[in-house]
Amino acid sequence: MIRFRDVSVEKGGQPILTGIDLSLCERRIGVIGRNGSGKSTLARLFNGLETPTRGSVTVDGQEGGKALRRQVGFVFQNPDNQIVYTIVHEDLEFGLKNLGLGKEEMRARIDTVLGRFQLEHLRDRLTHQLSGGEKQMIALAGVLVMRPRLIVLDEPTTLLDLWNKRRFMAALRDLEQHVVLISHDLDLLNGFDRVLHVQNGRIAADGPPDAVIAGYVAGSQC
Amino acid sequence: MDIRDTVFIALFAAIMAALAVFPPITLPVIGVPITAQSLGVMLAGGVLGAWRGALAIVLFLALVAIGLPLLPGGRGGFAVFMGPTAGFLLGWILSAFVIGWLTERFWHSLNFPVALMICLGGGVVVLYAIGVPWIAMVARISPLTALTGSLSFIPGDIVKSVVAAGVIVTVRRSYPIITR
Amino acid sequence: MLSDLYIPGDSPVHRARPLVKILALVVFCTGVFLVDHWAGIALAALLVAAGFALAGLHPRHGFAALRPALWILAAIFAVQLWLTGPALAAFVILRFALLILAASLVTLTTTAGEFVAGIEAGLKPAPDWVPKARIALAISLSLRFIPLVRSVLDEVREAQRARGLERNLTALLVPLVVRTLKQADETAEAIQARSFD
Repeated sequence: MIRFRDVSVEKGGQPILTGIDLSLCERRIGVIGRNGSGKSTLARLFNGLETPTRGSVTVDGQEGGKALRRQVGFVFQNPDNQIVYTIVHEDLEFGLKNLGLGKEEMRARIDTVLGRFQLEHLRDRLTHQLSGGEKQMIALAGVLVMRPRLIVLDEPTTLLDLWNKRRFMAALRDLEQHVVLISHDLDLLNGFDRVLHVQNGRIAADGPPDAVIAGYVAGSQC
Repeated sequence: MDIRDTVFIALFAAIMAALAVFPPITLPVIGVPITAQSLGVMLAGGVLGAWRGALAIVLFLALVAIGLPLLPGGRGGFAVFMGPTAGFLLGWILSAFVIGWLTERFWHSLNFPVALMICLGGGVVVLYAIGVPWIAMVARISPLTALTGSLSFIPGDIVKSVVAAGVIVTVRRSYPIITR
Repeated sequence: MLSDLYIPGDSPVHRARPLVKILALVVFCTGVFLVDHWAGIALAALLVAAGFALAGLHPRHGFAALRPALWILAAIFAVQLWLTGPALAAFVILRFALLILAASLVTLTTTAGEFVAGIEAGLKPAPDWVPKARIALAISLSLRFIPLVRSVLDEVREAQRARGLERNLTALLVPLVVRTLKQADETAEAIQARSFD
């Protein structure tokens, strides 16, 4: 379970998020909001990339720092910025090396993930020569090999075409992990258990997708 | 050292590499082609500061040394450090450091004229102070002869200092990395 | 890995460890500079020729390595000829040529990947205050960033061409630097998110 206790974040004296109180135990959670609403900062609180100015964030009772990072995987909007190594399998090994795993275990985990998404043929490819869709799948694979309990995704489909977006979402749907998806694309949140609407650094609405999205869309019309 | 520092060092080593394939601009009258790469040296210092800037150049030169053709004209390998002009390559490290150090010093009052003086000082004076005696020593000619031979490159370096100063001042406003 | 200057082969020179080759090169260069005599030059030339033959390299590979330095070497030759005479001019130029050829012998017979592996292996026994993981990461990241920076540069150039600014270096470099710095910041976050510390 994820607990936000009275969390506020300020940057350079400006409030980004104010008084966020949340208990999240649903498996599929969506976060929507306009540009600059604070939703990316909210996403970064989940795995300690951002630390609260006030309050605390815990995932299964663990707070902050390295322990939290091992529990929570993070997928960014642009896979180009997330892929660290020049060859696909080297990149997948990167996170595993950081966990201190041995060669056998690393290989087994990489085989499992690549097999699951039918990406074995990419193993020895150069990362910068992959297509946009392949890159984002590898970025997701790089997170999944670390076997986190929760995966946070910050607008992961923005740069993908329709076909790749569907493929990526299908992969996401089948995950056994808990998922927090930050998205501009409201269609993606169909079938989610809960959606948060962030506005001006506060949770403006919180509930089942239909109701929250309807309110969000209504607010955008003038 | 923060992980950001490592990433920025790697980034500017890569920017140096990308600038090698920038089409050279030939100055009118003098006819010496100027390549954009030494601009990268000034930017590394002026954007990242002394240590990160100098380490970015060290990393770049290491990539060149291990055989990647990252200098203009696809040159690379240990051979480039054996030629008479190797002093200019190694001088880049100190050049970036001095530009970075001065930029940090004058960070709060940094405007175009100040940045230009810094780039000229670190990117031209310091660089030639290493490169010219180096040529003189390895080619067994007098420093004055070596300097005369290098003079034709100075107008290009002044142009590059002007460009670099403009970029450094603009980047400082829109995405500052040096903070103090 | 990006293309390097390696010429494939299976000679003893190709198979020697990168560190051994670098050390040999250092010894060679020091020797050439210390033995300031024609006999030294002759011996060095013999060694370089033997090295090229042993590695199975063609003389044209040697010439290709010398070509970029040709103009400056010609200029130095001319100056020396005028100031001191043909003997010293020839001596200085030959010495440069031999150093360049010896260095390119190492480069042509070793892949960049072997060097990187060599650096990582060489760092292993280094004391703890050497940030080994950081150095390895910086090397990998820079190789990863090179194609990325090139593609951003192409995009920026395209965009500025539309505005007629493609010859304006400032208009190309500011967006290039700002955009790639932002990307680098996100990469730093991604590295942290994947438990690197």
